[in-house]
Amino acid sequence: LGSPLKTPGVNPDLASERLTASFSVEKLTARLDGGAEHTRMRRAIVEAIESDPAFSRENQYFQSQNERYEAAVRRAVHLQKKMREMGWTENGPEIKYIYRWLSGDIAFLLHRVFMRSISVLGSDKQVAKWIPLATEHQIIGSYAQTELGHGTYLQGLETTAVFDIATQEFLLNTPKISAMKWWPGDMGRSATHTVVFAQLYVHGKCYGVHPFIVQIRSLQDHSPRPGVTVGDIGPKMNFEHTDNGYLMLQNVRVPRENMLSRFCEVQPDGTYVRWGSQKINYFTMTTVRISILSDEVILPLMKACTIAIRYSAVRRQSKLKPGEQEAKILDYQTQQQKLLPQLAAAYAFHFINIYLHELFDRGYQEIQGRNFDSLPELHAFSSGFKAMVTQYCTSGVEICLRACGGHGYSLLSGLPSLYTRVLASCIYEGENTVLFLQTARFLIKCFMAASAGQPIPPSVTYLSSAKPGKCPAKDKLDFLSPDVYLKFFQFSRLLSSSAAKLQHLIQSGAEKHEAWNQCTVQLVKAAQAHCHYITVKIFVETVEKLDNKAGIQKVMKHLCDLFALHGIFSNAGDFLYDGYLSGAQMDLVTASYLDLLAVIRMDAVPLVDAFDFTDKSLNSALGSYDGQVYQRLYEWAQKSPTNQQVSPAYGKYLKPLLQNRLSKL
Amino acid sequence: GRRLGEREALVINDPDFQHEDLNFLSRSQRYEQAIRKSSLMVMKLREHGIADPDEIYWFKSFVHRGRPEPLDLHLGMFLPTLLTQATPEQQDRFFMPAWNLEIIGTYAQTEMGHGTHLRGLETTATYDPATQEFILNSPTVTSIKWWPGGLGKTSNHAIVLAQLYTQGQCKGLHAFIVPIRQLGTHEPLPGITVGDIGPKFGYDEMDNGYLKMDNFRIPRENMLMKYAQVEPDGTYVKPLNDKLTYGTMVFIRSIIVGDSARSLSRACTIAIRYSAVRHQSELKAGEPEPQILDYQTQQYKLFPLLATAYAFHFVGAYIKDTYRRISGDIIEGDLSELPELHALTAGLKAFTSWTANAGIEECRMACGGHGYSRCSGLPDIYVTFTPSCTYEGENTVMMLQTARFLVKSYTQVSSGQRVTGMVSYLNDLSRQRIQPQHVAARPVTVRINDPISLVEAYKARAARLVEAAAKNLQAELNHRKSKEDAWNRTSVDLVRASEAHCHYVIVKLFTAKLSEISNAAVRAVMTELCLLYALYGISKNTGDFLQAGILTDTQVNQVNQHVKELLAIIRPNAVALVDSFDFHDVHLGSVLGRYDGNVYENMFEWAKKSPLNKTEVHESFHKHLKPMQAKL
Repeated sequence: LGSPLKTPGVNPDLASERLTASFSVEKLTARLDGGAEHTRMRRAIVEAIESDPAFSRENQYFQSQNERYEAAVRRAVHLQKKMREMGWTENGPEIKYIYRWLSGDIAFLLHRVFMRSISVLGSDKQVAKWIPLATEHQIIGSYAQTELGHGTYLQGLETTAVFDIATQEFLLNTPKISAMKWWPGDMGRSATHTVVFAQLYVHGKCYGVHPFIVQIRSLQDHSPRPGVTVGDIGPKMNFEHTDNGYLMLQNVRVPRENMLSRFCEVQPDGTYVRWGSQKINYFTMTTVRISILSDEVILPLMKACTIAIRYSAVRRQSKLKPGEQEAKILDYQTQQQKLLPQLAAAYAFHFINIYLHELFDRGYQEIQGRNFDSLPELHAFSSGFKAMVTQYCTSGVEICLRACGGHGYSLLSGLPSLYTRVLASCIYEGENTVLFLQTARFLIKCFMAASAGQPIPPSVTYLSSAKPGKCPAKDKLDFLSPDVYLKFFQFSRLLSSSAAKLQHLIQSGAEKHEAWNQCTVQLVKAAQAHCHYITVKIFVETVEKLDNKAGIQKVMKHLCDLFALHGIFSNAGDFLYDGYLSGAQMDLVTASYLDLLAVIRMDAVPLVDAFDFTDKSLNSALGSYDGQVYQRLYEWAQKSPTNQQVSPAYGKYLKPLLQNRLSKL
Repeated sequence: GRRLGEREALVINDPDFQHEDLNFLSRSQRYEQAIRKSSLMVMKLREHGIADPDEIYWFKSFVHRGRPEPLDLHLGMFLPTLLTQATPEQQDRFFMPAWNLEIIGTYAQTEMGHGTHLRGLETTATYDPATQEFILNSPTVTSIKWWPGGLGKTSNHAIVLAQLYTQGQCKGLHAFIVPIRQLGTHEPLPGITVGDIGPKFGYDEMDNGYLKMDNFRIPRENMLMKYAQVEPDGTYVKPLNDKLTYGTMVFIRSIIVGDSARSLSRACTIAIRYSAVRHQSELKAGEPEPQILDYQTQQYKLFPLLATAYAFHFVGAYIKDTYRRISGDIIEGDLSELPELHALTAGLKAFTSWTANAGIEECRMACGGHGYSRCSGLPDIYVTFTPSCTYEGENTVMMLQTARFLVKSYTQVSSGQRVTGMVSYLNDLSRQRIQPQHVAARPVTVRINDPISLVEAYKARAARLVEAAAKNLQAELNHRKSKEDAWNRTSVDLVRASEAHCHYVIVKLFTAKLSEISNAAVRAVMTELCLLYALYGISKNTGDFLQAGILTDTQVNQVNQHVKELLAIIRPNAVALVDSFDFHDVHLGSVLGRYDGNVYENMFEWAKKSPLNKTEVHESFHKHLKPMQAKL
């Protein structure tokens, strides 16, 4: 990127922000990438993609659903060619940077899920048969799990697969409207095959949900196969480029061999056999929740922060001092309070994401060695963090959007599409409230075990520590000590009082399920508090390990403090309760928190520069590196089809309205 | 009432106003449909002789199903501005042609570089006495007019706000009538660059536009001169009173508060009806799947929002009534009540639009995946509503305006004066001063089952936060800083104070409304909603109430417990409470929120009409997929 001073055409309001950076942007970028060599590779790949006009996304805000879909298919086809040209492979180190740049705006993502599910759930024979076909795109796959009537609650799925011994086939059916498959990507228009999840019936007995490979379209002319009704589910808030589909099956027959059978099989005589442990499979599904966090959830927040903070350094509004130039809106305390906590959260989540990946890699090795002890803990981690990070990032992106005032509302700001994308993550891969309650169930179990003196997993040992007395802090600076604020978050009152209430309800005669339902509002809060604590803890530990040079540790410490104090400020009631914190101390927390805003303000632009997004990947008139916001907005708007094409509205309606008034009015 | 319902049915069933589902149309097509309907609407308004502003408002909202349309600014801003700011001579020249739509106008205030901060606008209007004309210019890129509705493609005139220069001096912002397109051909006039600002989050049918003027001349008589004037020789005559514009602002903000209530009500209707239809998972092993509305977490998401929708409804009505009551005084020249109402409505506009904005999203999230489909109608309600956090005054700036009034009132009280109206609780502070205690230490005995007592709790919280902000501001001033700097360094506290004040006002108005309800059953259910609104607000802000010593730990527990009890109490009435909003299915525009609850079959019917389904095999199969498969 070079020195800002040497970059011609940079808005002076943005250039000046880069002169005062307290740390080396380049070094921080390398730290975020996991090493300078990764930064180099990423930049080379981004350069190769951006220099290819076939990948341009400049027009995407002007396109209709049909055009977006076609462009996504075109890009996916082109990507195959590009990868061969460049020598990139599906399993190579480049692939994550490629997809990160494309930010999902490409077809056949579910084709990848189709392949992964066959690899994980299929027998060796099935893998050998289907994976080469899919790799060569001789078939295009999808993954049909969700139905109109059921999503997160998988046992409720209603599609049926009945084994017919006579023909050695499964008979697949959609018995009622709510059983129709609904939402699977790539299925509405593209896919030839899909993995259908259905209730397996053999000899009239139901064996639960199993996966089946079903061909849905002709390989010759792409028309639906007999008995298959398939189509697009219509416009959504985003993902216009994806043909999310519906699928109705009427007596569709697939051979016995099409049931994915790594873990269980229906034998020719109808005997149902189950082998191996499902636990590895279960673990793989669990990791999907963690795998989406980086690109689908945290990256949008980083982009939104980049756009909003750069724009806030360029936008001048009203005066702070009479007679002076109008102030940058980034200098207003209220604007800082909107944006800077989001920036701190983006860094916090970047670090928690690394931590989770390390944790799951270790877990994977243990499980390979048939040690399943950590499985419940990992499951609780994946549910809770998926829910917390998606929820936080969604609200963070929206705050950034609204902090950009009217111009944030223009699609050309890039913010509306970031928002509508990230918010979908609160629902897919498990609805957040349901996931928080799964984490809560684990926590309650651990809490009970700890109370009974039994051993509990390391991440929750804090639950058994003694109740803290009073917070010792006396000065606002005391609150910048991780030792002090970590104690706040180690706070298990929400959990202990939920556990007490559960027990009380059960003892007073409530049925277990009813007692649980009565406590769910508080249990969700307890699960959130737990994830919040781990996030702060990991942020603190990461900062401690950072290199002291190049100013990076210091600025990260500020962000860590801000993330923690913002959490206390926003949940004041939880900490004042019980008198752990006095009212006067809470005033000190607030003062300390507000002081930090002013400190981080000085590094705000360099901190988003360090994310190192290219202008093309931001695709935003407000967030470009050079800060030429207004010029870009004006030029881009002129390219809108509404200005390029003649609207028929004038001739057809306006003209008669303007001119025939005497006869009609 | 019934008459309105009949009118609505009349409009909704009128074959002239039918069209394809908007979700399946492109932006250009949506603009075209809106223009078509607006044109017909104007004809029909004349046919039926409808001229009362309220009736026009309802008619328009039925025709456009509550959606924006390109003539909004012509009807809502251009015509009213002519009425209030034009001289009789100007009204003769412009009003009838505009009324007859020979002139279609818009109101061009916001620029690319400035919105809420009006004094920063850069467009200039320089008076040239030689020709008796104003020369209009957009001197910088940031001065280009940006966002005005109907400007992009529809209007042929605009009321332009510009900095007036005469005799070498800047006289501040004034309004000018500027022709922008040729009558007859609709082509831009020489010196005018005008167009559409491109796609937005929502408002697809609105041609929000840009306007750039290069030495564009208009006659002196085109400046709106009912108040300020420029005489032929360039002499500037000042207006008599600048508080008059407050009246319009109060009126528009009262509309936004009403919009907040309506939009949130629509979202609640959809989410609550859908939650009664959707069955999921199990509460008890072996039993049928329960309605998701039976889950406590779902109730906790939706019922407080339902209560909020009712609360905002009453607040909107209150502001409108108050405005009506004092608008007579305003005409008589008595402006004494205006400053408080102006300050209060700024904060309430921000408070209600922020809350509704977040609430609509919570309703959408509560509908899971299907809420994300446009067939739910929720994405559309959100994108249409969310700009109200920005337009007519950015919300944070609005909160700070209210704060300015609160601090001023606090200062008056400190110097021994009494204040009246909604801020009169600050008077108690002076009594407090005799004792050495913090204001907050004043014991409030809160009975958590009694709305009137909860009003007192909210009042105490507001008093505490206003005092804290005012004291912090004073401390900053004592330390160093210029007035502006000190203000900026206290602004987070000030916004909190304003929010607490607005929250108090809403709880107070809701509570006051209860005694006016004569039907006992209705009063009972409204009392439950009012309690839920007040208690939920406390449970979300326990920090404030604990820190100020208004509530004890035990009471906070009771509040949380009582919120959950209220959820169960309201549950049986939930659907009836949204049915009472009485939205027509067409107006609701949601498959999930249908009155008949036949959700799934109608989602399928809706999806079949999607543009991607126009052909059984999509053309991209032949263009891209097939060639790829052949090559590999």
